[in-house]
Amino acid sequence: MSSDSEKPNADETPEVKSTPPATKKPEVELPAFEKSISDKIVEKFGDKVEVTFVKEDRVGIKAGRENVHDVAEFIRDALNYDHVESVSGVDYPQDKEIEVVYHIGSYSDSSLARQILVLSTRAQREENPIPGNDATKLPTLRDIFYSVEFHEREVFEMFGVFFEGHPDNRRLLLPEDWADLPPLRKDFAIKGR
Amino acid sequence: MTGELPPGLALQKVDERIMTLNVGPQHPGSGHMRIIVQIDGDYIVACDPDPGYVHRGEEKMAEYRNYITNIPHLERPVIHDSCNVLYPYVLGVEELVGIEVPERAKYVRVIASELNRCIYTMYWLAIYGIFLGHSTMFMWPAGDRELLIDLMEKMTGARVTHAHFVPGGVRNDLPPNFEDVCLRQVNYFEKRIKEYSAVFYDNPILIARTKDTGILSREDAIRLGTTGSVLRASGVDYDLRKKEPYDVYEELDVHTNVMKEGDSYARSKVPWLDMMESCNIIRQALQKMPKSGSVRTKLKPNPKGKGLDSVYKRVESGRGSLGCYIVSDGKTEPYRLKMSVGSFRNLIALPYLLKGEKLGNMPSVYWSLNYWPVEADR
Amino acid sequence: MLKDLVTPENANVFVGKLGDILERAIDKPLGYAINWGRIWSLWPVHIETACCSVEFGAASSPRYDVERFGIIEAFGSLRQCDLVVVQGTITRKMAPRLRLVYDQMPEPKYVIAMGACAITGGLYFDSYNVLPGIDGVIPVDVYVPGCPPRPETLIQGCMLLQEKIKRMKARKFV
Ligand code: SF4
Repeated sequence: MSSDSEKPNADETPEVKSTPPATKKPEVELPAFEKSISDKIVEKFGDKVEVTFVKEDRVGIKAGRENVHDVAEFIRDALNYDHVESVSGVDYPQDKEIEVVYHIGSYSDSSLARQILVLSTRAQREENPIPGNDATKLPTLRDIFYSVEFHEREVFEMFGVFFEGHPDNRRLLLPEDWADLPPLRKDFAIKGR
Repeated sequence: MTGELPPGLALQKVDERIMTLNVGPQHPGSGHMRIIVQIDGDYIVACDPDPGYVHRGEEKMAEYRNYITNIPHLERPVIHDSCNVLYPYVLGVEELVGIEVPERAKYVRVIASELNRCIYTMYWLAIYGIFLGHSTMFMWPAGDRELLIDLMEKMTGARVTHAHFVPGGVRNDLPPNFEDVCLRQVNYFEKRIKEYSAVFYDNPILIARTKDTGILSREDAIRLGTTGSVLRASGVDYDLRKKEPYDVYEELDVHTNVMKEGDSYARSKVPWLDMMESCNIIRQALQKMPKSGSVRTKLKPNPKGKGLDSVYKRVESGRGSLGCYIVSDGKTEPYRLKMSVGSFRNLIALPYLLKGEKLGNMPSVYWSLNYWPVEADR
Repeated sequence: MLKDLVTPENANVFVGKLGDILERAIDKPLGYAINWGRIWSLWPVHIETACCSVEFGAASSPRYDVERFGIIEAFGSLRQCDLVVVQGTITRKMAPRLRLVYDQMPEPKYVIAMGACAITGGLYFDSYNVLPGIDGVIPVDVYVPGCPPRPETLIQGCMLLQEKIKRMKARKFV
């Protein structure tokens, strides 16, 4: 998922699994339909977005913190994606960033039924987080995809990423008296490990 | 009360008309969660689900265990559907590590996962019977379910927690004579569940209690991102076994059950129809399965991912689509593992459905969402 | 002689002592009867805590049918219950609620810890949100090991508890 992984992926089908990924395949090997989706997004946003990978049924798009709202809106309105399946945070302490990954799918468009669009964006990471009151903030996508509501609440308590504009940034799964670091950050070590 | 109190613990100002009720966690109609409902007379005006009573930090624990030792604890969220809940993880690891699965193992997996779906749904149906005060409907499914548990026990050696799927296939081959026993049991099972319609689905009391309650329209089902039987009961034809076939579902004839109404009745009927479909799939798989062959590609000890990589795999579980997002950084442990579970996704519909509903309808609407709290909390 | 001993001031003490003696005299037969009654009405509180509840449910299914032993009949109100079966993991969020439920129950009350999680934390021994066993929250009478325990094991645990109650004192003296 790193930024430099805009390379054609050699693992489209299980049959070619055994070939070492070092042998670079030419561009034409990319699955055509998925490529067309990523092309549409790149065409619209230019270098504001970055295509992280194009695999079979999966398209990875990375957008900056400022553009993610617009990109999501474009994905919903022009590309017919209509719901978010999962929102996950990934902590990258060495980059000083926390990545938030939206897996977006579509029910209403049958040609997109197999597709998942992986939209990722990154928020600044604080060494000493004060969840909600520090710079770890992202714009919410709840006004675009209603289904992210509980998922974003979960990311907030597990990573401390505050979603600006989310109507209900309360705690969801953790106990009410949790006062430690957000538990899924890498610097939160579980006992005895 | 002054000062900032955490949500849920705060004392609320008492309104003259509105009363706040805590349903759960010690309540026959809640399971392992709490639903905070505000009622005006007999009508619910607001509802705030409060899950997290079984939040065990599976995702954090997964970062400390390697790809193989992760298997036992990752199936614990839904122990009675343990094959399906492991399925996306196993598929994901196979893609990360890059190994192939023998043909026979794929069929064994399909059979195991369909049997498990039935076991899960029967338990769900039994509890639905309790929620509606229908004791027969607890006894029948709870008893018939044991038939399939026997089958799984023969196959894997454990009653509910099988840990049968491993990257590269399944742990053991089928026991001798399994195909015949399986076919017989499944045929009998199908005959039994058909009888449920007389006592449950055609029961006028059940119909009166569940028809036209908690209606979720097609648009809202899509907008809220619900999944599984909830989605299909609202008229969306979406089943991953058909739309994104994994393993050998492509070669099997899968029929999706869709109902238009979107009320509690439809949501309770779709899983029951799905069980019959599962019986169908099992019969097909038993027929098409290669009669012999290996069921497991041996992995090197401590498999590693190939550098920085991520996969997102999904399968159709008893509660809807179940996704597993694995980020690997080339070590023997996953860098991050996220399970996107059907129960958690369907939970968002609960406050929406309960608004304006009568309090007495709460248990039937709540459990018709096919919700298993342990899974939602992970 | 008795007249000298009993004065208006210590009459109540004397009556109390007499009551003790009387009770002690009939405690054996009466206590046996009381305990016998308790054995066959072990009703658990309806509190599920984790995935062991699946096997708990299976124990009341027609195949295992624990109600024939007079135990584990699903019951609504905790005021009429005398058994807590802790069905698996206790998380930090659930622990105060479990204690609250336990405190609200009338005496006598018994606790069965079901599953590896309730005993030691089980698979989740290193999780950040799980208690390593419930002994720190409530006193446990019988431990039922397994992950999850088979219904037969649960039944055996309940019968052990019945044995234990048989040998208990029906009343505690101060
Ligand atoms: S002992 Fe096993 S089955 Fe029981 S709650 Fe713990 S993990 Fe779940």
